[in-house]
Amino acid sequence: MPPWTKIADDMRGRFERLGSNVTSNVWRLGFASRFLFYMVLHSGTALRRFRLTVAEIYFAGVLSLVIILVSGLFVGMVLALQGYETLQRFGASESLGVLVALSLVRELGPVVAGLLFASRAGSAITAEIGLMKATEQLSAMEMMAVDPVARVVAPRFWGGVLSMPLLAALFSAMGIFGGYLVGVQLIGVDAGAFWSQMQAAVDLRNDILNGVIKSVVFGIAVTWIAVFEGYDAPPTAEGVSRATTRTVVTSSLAILALDFMLTALMFTGGKAG
Amino acid sequence: MNRSTIDLWVGVFVVAGAAALLFLALKVGNLASFSNSQTYQVYARFANIGGLKARAPIKSAGVVVGRVSDIRFDNDAYEAVVTMNLDASYAFPRDTTAKILTSGILGEQYVGLEAGGDGVMLKSGDRLRLTQSAVVLENLISQFLFNKASEGKEPAK
Repeated sequence: MPPWTKIADDMRGRFERLGSNVTSNVWRLGFASRFLFYMVLHSGTALRRFRLTVAEIYFAGVLSLVIILVSGLFVGMVLALQGYETLQRFGASESLGVLVALSLVRELGPVVAGLLFASRAGSAITAEIGLMKATEQLSAMEMMAVDPVARVVAPRFWGGVLSMPLLAALFSAMGIFGGYLVGVQLIGVDAGAFWSQMQAAVDLRNDILNGVIKSVVFGIAVTWIAVFEGYDAPPTAEGVSRATTRTVVTSSLAILALDFMLTALMFTGGKAG
Repeated sequence: MNRSTIDLWVGVFVVAGAAALLFLALKVGNLASFSNSQTYQVYARFANIGGLKARAPIKSAGVVVGRVSDIRFDNDAYEAVVTMNLDASYAFPRDTTAKILTSGILGEQYVGLEAGGDGVMLKSGDRLRLTQSAVVLENLISQFLFNKASEGKEPAK
């Protein structure tokens, strides 16, 4: 056999793997979309028996509060320190409030809260649903004529989707408070200028509402990925652990990619302000 | 943990989240000003508006009395037409002057109103006839250099 056939075989193998990867990912995306559609259609139980969803809000939202609040505080404090360092060179240290508020409300609030939410709550949702599948609890529900998507998956989805905007708002508010602590209390920027310049520069619709929209979109994306990865996980210990990792990686990438798209749509499309 | 404790904590969480949103809207975004108050619309023509943007403040004696609602270019007169929403609680005489000013050296541009002496007040749809365009830094510098150059020539004569 001449040596080039071996190389050709090798190349063909690579192309086959690439092709099958692409096809299986597209297939999974299609399945995930169908799953989302099915879940939204069958979320009647989650909304009628709202207690199920409330328990999940507790799990995804309330238990994430500590990490969200502490991170928000520190992010705001660091922003104030770093921002002051640069702004005072231009004699514009009074604009510190604008810098902190705009970067938190527009970008860091939704994005960092989303990333934290993905690693704190998303991974737990995947692991929980994956383990329920691996221990055949989902099959047992089906045997009892209970739809596991309606009973287990949909409440988790809605719990996450409802929690995320609140968490992002808390993150931003906490960050602005942190910025205030460092900027006004520690460094000594004038408190009046800090708040009034912030109020003059931050627009309710352009900045705050767009930030909220971002956090809603991220919430849907992260929880969708988390419940889907859990539901789709191979029912083994290894499968569940891989699904959990994939949830964190995929949802972080999804947040950053979606953030770019949303920012491009929101902040550059409109004419003048 | 029993059910009612979970409900309590979720309630606390939702209230805290709503409070954070309210804080962002009121304290950070300043929802209160001008969003629901009555306004009347006047317009003015400027030869050059510099960097004025829609939603820029309109100030009189340093107090914000309205916002720029729209900026258009009039292709017949080659002028900028600036539409302004003024708060209805402030009335200005008909011969009020509108100037485009800058807050600080690097600050944003705003419209400054200087009240005139006319007894008749502006009403909705009126035009401010006395305007002063934005100062363009390049023009100012070239004027300054031009003056300097002509000054320097004179002693040599």
